Amino acid sequence: MARKITLPLTEELAKTLHAGDEVLVTGIIYTSRDAGHKRMCETLAAGEKLPFDPTDATIYYVGPTPAKPGQVIGSAGPTTSGRMDAYAPTMMSVGARGMIGKGARLPEVIDAMKKYSGVYFGAIGGAGALLAKCIKSCELIAYEDLGAEALRKLYVEDMPLVVIIDSEGKNLYEDGRKAYLESK
Amino acid sequence: MREINVQQIIDTVEKLCIDANTHLPSDVKCAIKNCRACEDGKIAQGVLDNIIENFEIADNENVPICQDTGMACVFLEIGQDVHIVGGDLTDAINEGVRRGYTNGYLRKSVVADPVRRGNTGDNTPAMIYTEIVPGENLKITVGPKGFGSENMSAIRMFKPSAGLQGIKDFIIETVETAGPNPCPPIVVGVGIGGTFDKAALLAKKAIMRSIDSSNPDPYYADLEREMLEKINQLGIGPQGFGGKTTAIGLNIETLPTHIAGMPCAININCHVTRHKSEVL
Repeated sequence: MARKITLPLTEELAKTLHAGDEVLVTGIIYTSRDAGHKRMCETLAAGEKLPFDPTDATIYYVGPTPAKPGQVIGSAGPTTSGRMDAYAPTMMSVGARGMIGKGARLPEVIDAMKKYSGVYFGAIGGAGALLAKCIKSCELIAYEDLGAEALRKLYVEDMPLVVIIDSEGKNLYEDGRKAYLESK
Repeated sequence: MREINVQQIIDTVEKLCIDANTHLPSDVKCAIKNCRACEDGKIAQGVLDNIIENFEIADNENVPICQDTGMACVFLEIGQDVHIVGGDLTDAINEGVRRGYTNGYLRKSVVADPVRRGNTGDNTPAMIYTEIVPGENLKITVGPKGFGSENMSAIRMFKPSAGLQGIKDFIIETVETAGPNPCPPIVVGVGIGGTFDKAALLAKKAIMRSIDSSNPDPYYADLEREMLEKINQLGIGPQGFGGKTTAIGLNIETLPTHIAGMPCAININCHVTRHKSEVL
């Protein structure tokens, strides 16, 4: 049975989440991927403020399809998180504790997660039509010139996610596969 | 000489781009459902249930199955007795892609320059693969290719002494390295032989072939079955969370090659393996 959680992702909440937990997430999340992360990290390096408050924030690595008339957003599944590894420790250092994506992370990201109580959630890659159903509002807040890669603020309800890597560094990609192979 | 007007090509490419991105081919749907029936882990079952629900939503609501609506890979089999009239063929394909990705609310994922980047805004240019064949038909196949999986593909120029075992090890190594990144369960396309570039093309053609079909050569049909089984013993599972279903299909295509070489390319595709064809 999936556990319901509500964002923001405080340190207290983050520490109750464990690799392999299935969760239904409700609250505000922000979208960003390759080009948006590059720009946000350049902004921080210049000593300027981000377009949103990163404290306890969760970032969804996604570039949605355009909304059809009547839709809140188009299909919106996760992109491969590894491409954001170069930026993730910086984002966590300013408070953005939660990440939603798919695929493996580098050891330096996991080290930063342990340091800042970060949580890496997996959304089902390739399930963009299904995941869009959980997105109840979508507001473009910055970087409009980046198109699908622009920074958006989403309100999600009961978004089905799995904790892949928790704040202690436990990793479902390693443990889940090991458990399956041991059960054979 | 049969004449085909570019207008017909534009319309067909537009339609194929939209159809391919919203309706998953039946061979892929069927393979996913069969794997769901065999999977016994709770998380793995849940993932496959969501994947099935997802392609059903896409079918019913005519929305993209995945937000990565890909680079438009367009394969043309042009009959040698066909005369294309009314304009430039490449322009026609790109116009079809432009209209399909705009009118179909598909994502524009193409940058104009590989290093300097910059989105082209209409998902052009398409990647066009042409082949001249006998006859007076024009077969167009659109295969939108996502890059989460494309990025996990690999090519290696083997010495012939590496033999069959070298190829088997390379397939396993590539799938293992890809791990959870290409959205498993995956489809694996293997191209063996030819030259460096032809091997890669064969691998791409292999993922365009239905996964319920086999290589006509029994030697390679057996190898397809054997390698699919071996991949599914790795335990990577749906989304990499552990389980039986790491791949839903593996196709091999081959060509003769040089006495000094044995090129092998592996093109990885996700569970949203899309392709749609029409014959004009």
